[in-house]
Amino acid sequence: MHPAFSVILLTTLIGAAQGLFLALFTAQSYAAFKLLPQPDAHAFYGQGSLLALVLLVAGLGASFFHLGHPERAWRSAAMWRTSWLSREVIVLPAFMGVVFLYGLAHWLNWHPVLTTLPGELPVDPTAILGVAGTLFAFALFICTAMIYACLKFLSEWHSPLTVINYILLGGASGFTLAAAFASVTAPELVSFLAGWAAIITLLGWIGRSASLYRNARLKPKSSLQTAIGIKHPRIVQKTQGFMGGSFNTREFFHGQPVAVLRAVKWFFVLAVFPLPLLLLLSGMQGRTGLLVAAFAVQYAGLLAERWFFFAQANHPQNLYYQSIA
Amino acid sequence: MTQLALVIDLNVCVGCQACVTSCKEWNTAGSAGPMVDQNPYGADPTGTFFNRVQTFEVGEFPNTETVHFPKSCLHCEDPPCVPVCPTGASYKRKEDGIVLVDYDKCIGCKYCSWACPYGARELDEQQQVMKKCTLCVDRIYDTSMTEDDRKPSCVKACPTSARLFGDIHDPQSAVSIAIRESGGYPLMPEWGTHPANHYLPRRKTRIKIHEDELERADNPLKVDRQLPRPAMNEPTLDDVTTW
Repeated sequence: MHPAFSVILLTTLIGAAQGLFLALFTAQSYAAFKLLPQPDAHAFYGQGSLLALVLLVAGLGASFFHLGHPERAWRSAAMWRTSWLSREVIVLPAFMGVVFLYGLAHWLNWHPVLTTLPGELPVDPTAILGVAGTLFAFALFICTAMIYACLKFLSEWHSPLTVINYILLGGASGFTLAAAFASVTAPELVSFLAGWAAIITLLGWIGRSASLYRNARLKPKSSLQTAIGIKHPRIVQKTQGFMGGSFNTREFFHGQPVAVLRAVKWFFVLAVFPLPLLLLLSGMQGRTGLLVAAFAVQYAGLLAERWFFFAQANHPQNLYYQSIA
Repeated sequence: MTQLALVIDLNVCVGCQACVTSCKEWNTAGSAGPMVDQNPYGADPTGTFFNRVQTFEVGEFPNTETVHFPKSCLHCEDPPCVPVCPTGASYKRKEDGIVLVDYDKCIGCKYCSWACPYGARELDEQQQVMKKCTLCVDRIYDTSMTEDDRKPSCVKACPTSARLFGDIHDPQSAVSIAIRESGGYPLMPEWGTHPANHYLPRRKTRIKIHEDELERADNPLKVDRQLPRPAMNEPTLDDVTTW
């Protein structure tokens, strides 16, 4: 497939934002159970939510560049019963709304006790919004990943690993960003967040390696024989019916030599997993520079990872477009 | 339930591209149009087409066959492009099974083209909406045309009658008979899309004459065997030998 930068930016930016929100609420939950010190809510949760919101808005903005008719984008909420894309279009703004309210409640220090859980645990609006946001964050991960995983023709994507990796990679970049952000706003949480970022990065490494392993061994279901229905071992395309390009030759081919594909793969395998892990572990004591570098390296790696994710997918329609004459 | 479809006979297609040009001509002027070209006279022309004819070489030289392969939307009975559309712009008509795109609703997200294993959908660069074969829906129901003209433009244009058009759910239609009796097959059956369009394979034309067809074995005038059987080189006409 042709990797579109709008979609690469959309999926990586909102993935990091979802992970960041999950990191914020994880910290809040631990603090509520007195497992972590209580940070400055206004600075850490409030501004952290704002940062997540900025990433979400940027991702949503990038997605509009993918559309031929952005002014009709509102129509895309219509078919949520059948289309994962439609579901994403509904869940993304809903998640943005919850992140906004969550951040606002913390920003304004609005913490009226609504009820108490057993063990004298007070429940305030931010806890309820946090739970809602967590559900929306996971729903959004599933919607985004299922857009790709539900396409059975693209066997590289048609796997539960796609969903698992979207969750893990988004989570890893979000927790790394949260660690870097906490080193400025809530230093007492840095080692906790950096630790979780390292664990999720490690899990993501396993998940993505599993999908790379799987995809390297895929046998295409379709062949030129099934594509034109002629049962002969030797079929060669002589012409695809035109000599200039067409949508079919642009949208479904990445157009790069194998060497570029391989280089991008090795770059992302290094930049998403081991390098951020090293930087996270060495920056665990709250060294902002190292933690910011960890996020920057991991995010750059994720851009390459997403590019490779698209480029590696081989669409069966390509069987019809092999030769120009 | 009606399911309109094309049946394309690869045995007689000569790859003349008449269906390609007539399709473009009709549809660029019809309700699906315009199908604009970019850079039509330049070095790298491109444009929207609903129908293409490709050419494949089957076998090893000198035992090769050249197969011309017309390719357009197959109007699948279970179209994978329809449920993925977020706006409902892609739909399959209940009354005749044609898969269509509502150009006023399409947002040009290209997701349906990813979901089609055949590459039947093309984004129109000028209108930025997804386009595909409509089976000339603006032609086949046009009562101002003569009955004979109410067929897709490509079918009308084909000089070798390689393209048949009709309802594949009606067992007595010409297309159903062609599929049944000439070994019609769908493309990429492994994906379970159940394409409505079918293709008829290459066929070798051979006549095998059996010996009993040269000598009439079941001649009722001969069954009593009252007279000696005539030899093979003698006249075998019934009236000559046994009358």
